[in-house]
Amino acid sequence: MSGARVRLRGWGWRHAGREEWALRGVDLEIEPGERVLLLGPSGAGKSTLLHALAGLTGPESAITGEEEGELTVDGAPAERGRGGTGLVAQDPETQLVMARAGDDVAFGLENTGTDPALIGGRVREALDAAGFGHGPERSTAALSGGEKQRLVIAGALAMRPRLLLLDEPTANLDPDGAAQIRGVLAGLAAESSATMVVVEHRVAEAVGLVDRVVVVEPGGGVVADGPPAEVFARHGAALAARGVWVPGHEPRAPGASGATGEVLIRAAGCTALEPLGPGTDPRRRRTVLDRVEAAVAGSATTALTGPNGAGKSTLLTLLGGLARPDAGAVRPEGALAAVDRRDLGRWPARRLARHLGTVFQHAEDQFVTATVRDELEFAPRRAGLAPETAAAWVDELLERLRLAPLAGVHPYTLSGGEKRRLSVATALSSGPAHAPDVLLLDEPTFGQDACTWAELVALLAELRAQGRAVVMATHDERLLGPFTDVELRVAGGGVAPAVGSGR
Amino acid sequence: MTGVLRRRNPAAKIIAALLVAAGLIPAVDPVTAGAVLAATVLLLPFAGLERRALLTVGVPLVLAAFSVGLVNLLFGESGPMTAFGLAVRLLAIALPGVLVALTSDPTETADALVQRLKVPERPALGVLAALRLIPLLVGHWRTLTLARRARGLEPGRNPAALAAQFTGKAFALLVRAIRTGTLLATAMDARGFGTGPRTHARTSRWSGADTVLIAATVLVLVAAHLLSVRLGTWRLLFG
Repeated sequence: MSGARVRLRGWGWRHAGREEWALRGVDLEIEPGERVLLLGPSGAGKSTLLHALAGLTGPESAITGEEEGELTVDGAPAERGRGGTGLVAQDPETQLVMARAGDDVAFGLENTGTDPALIGGRVREALDAAGFGHGPERSTAALSGGEKQRLVIAGALAMRPRLLLLDEPTANLDPDGAAQIRGVLAGLAAESSATMVVVEHRVAEAVGLVDRVVVVEPGGGVVADGPPAEVFARHGAALAARGVWVPGHEPRAPGASGATGEVLIRAAGCTALEPLGPGTDPRRRRTVLDRVEAAVAGSATTALTGPNGAGKSTLLTLLGGLARPDAGAVRPEGALAAVDRRDLGRWPARRLARHLGTVFQHAEDQFVTATVRDELEFAPRRAGLAPETAAAWVDELLERLRLAPLAGVHPYTLSGGEKRRLSVATALSSGPAHAPDVLLLDEPTFGQDACTWAELVALLAELRAQGRAVVMATHDERLLGPFTDVELRVAGGGVAPAVGSGR
Repeated sequence: MTGVLRRRNPAAKIIAALLVAAGLIPAVDPVTAGAVLAATVLLLPFAGLERRALLTVGVPLVLAAFSVGLVNLLFGESGPMTAFGLAVRLLAIALPGVLVALTSDPTETADALVQRLKVPERPALGVLAALRLIPLLVGHWRTLTLARRARGLEPGRNPAALAAQFTGKAFALLVRAIRTGTLLATAMDARGFGTGPRTHARTSRWSGADTVLIAATVLVLVAAHLLSVRLGTWRLLFG
């Protein structure tokens, strides 16, 4: 079985309700069995191109908009359901359909009308090819992120695709899960004859899989095309300047703080149980954190690391005073204790927001108003700043974070990088003298392009230099270098300083 | 014997529960419904249920029945017998439904609905896929609550502030749910969902015991009505 041939002639796409074309004038020919990395700045319509190749765009599909030019797979317009195309997207959570592993892999085969007598064999074959370590009866809810993504890949492989489309397949996984999936994909690239198209803005994740790199421009067509080494030698710097993570052109974080300040928050003997929800037995709740000790110091960056689900975010919400531990205490110390001696979980929300800022992983979760400007004015107004002072400071923040042209739009309509900048800005918007003493961030650099990453890290370094404490739950290896003053590893219910921390 | 009900085809259980509802809606006397309820309760030890699951849904159900009875007793015009009858009837109709839900696996139920009861595939599988997302949404709601506190918003006991904050969170959750749902629908479409006739990897099997379950349900209903007629307590809704 050979791979599919992909051909685009003057192809363009404009999302419904938008004025600009996401992509336009794309001329591209991909030979059967070729492995192509599709690159471009965010907003360049790379995911849309993958969706179009999977036959998911068009009048009767979930993704609607205007299409022009010609797009063919094996000489025919792309059409879903023929079983010739497999798509793997970022988040396995929103790609699994069934409650049991084997049933999920069978889902696509059922949809394409495969003879039921053949389904069992095809499912086992696909599970093997994806390196899935459990049997077909395994509950999909009980899998780790990496295992779930293996299952998604198995679901795509079961349909014996001649064209395999990968949309940042490791983006939502922790380092362990991402390594698993890189291994599976490297095996596929070596053995499968399918044509592969990969979208990935972190080039190092994908460059080993591909033999050709195609660079596209927002609203434009193909601007570079060739073997990876050649494309990066000629366009690497330009791509990096547009936010693509190009090896050799990656931004670096500043070094250690130098002098760590006094302790501001101390968690003593903190136990946190799994939250109550449907399906949890109140008497048998899992212990997420078991009598842990942790301290947060000013003038320092503290990184909380560890596998997904180990309790990094839970610890972050405890240290931020957002939730109370089930046992133990989270107490303010030093300058913070001078404000209010009670446990942080007992502080009134208004006082808490003035002294501790928390930035959530999904920026949207913390937006409470309808425009970018209102979002930034919210905190200073509540802190009692005079309207003119607040407005002046908000104007400065808008300029500095490149959000000024967007002051009037709804926060939900911003791009991923803009949302991240705004969510950090809201925590700082009470003004330079009123910035929180402690800033806590959950995966602040997750999914960010290189430009936003560099701005964010520079801002965090500046806050640290002002004597504030920066706490981040993160997987990002680049943040864990010298920039991290203290690394606390959260695993197996415990918290311990990581080996080699305080570098 | 435990798990006898668990092993029945979900379609048979759904039909039996619907038959009970259809057979009891017209009868407002406590004897007819009481006899059916007694038969269902006798089935409980064979349902293979954990006591906790039964209590979680059983206690609110008994409370609901009690309040229906009380309201009819205090404000109804047909006397204490009918009020008691209405309460018993509510329990007798609801309990079989609860048993279906508690003893049926969602995947098997979807298979049975599609293959045995000829329910269209799209809604049946859509609901099945959406069930997976419920724990995710519960987690999102919790995060939204923490995020309001982080922004300095705490409604306290002021009902207007509580309502405003609830509306804000509900809107944010709705946006999140729609995004998640769209991603899932795209993933399902990418795997050819809804492009043509589907085949079925699992067969929803109908056994003799499933037919027996339905026949027994009909028998119990007929016997309950006859018993009430013999005792002279039989009363119909508009009778």
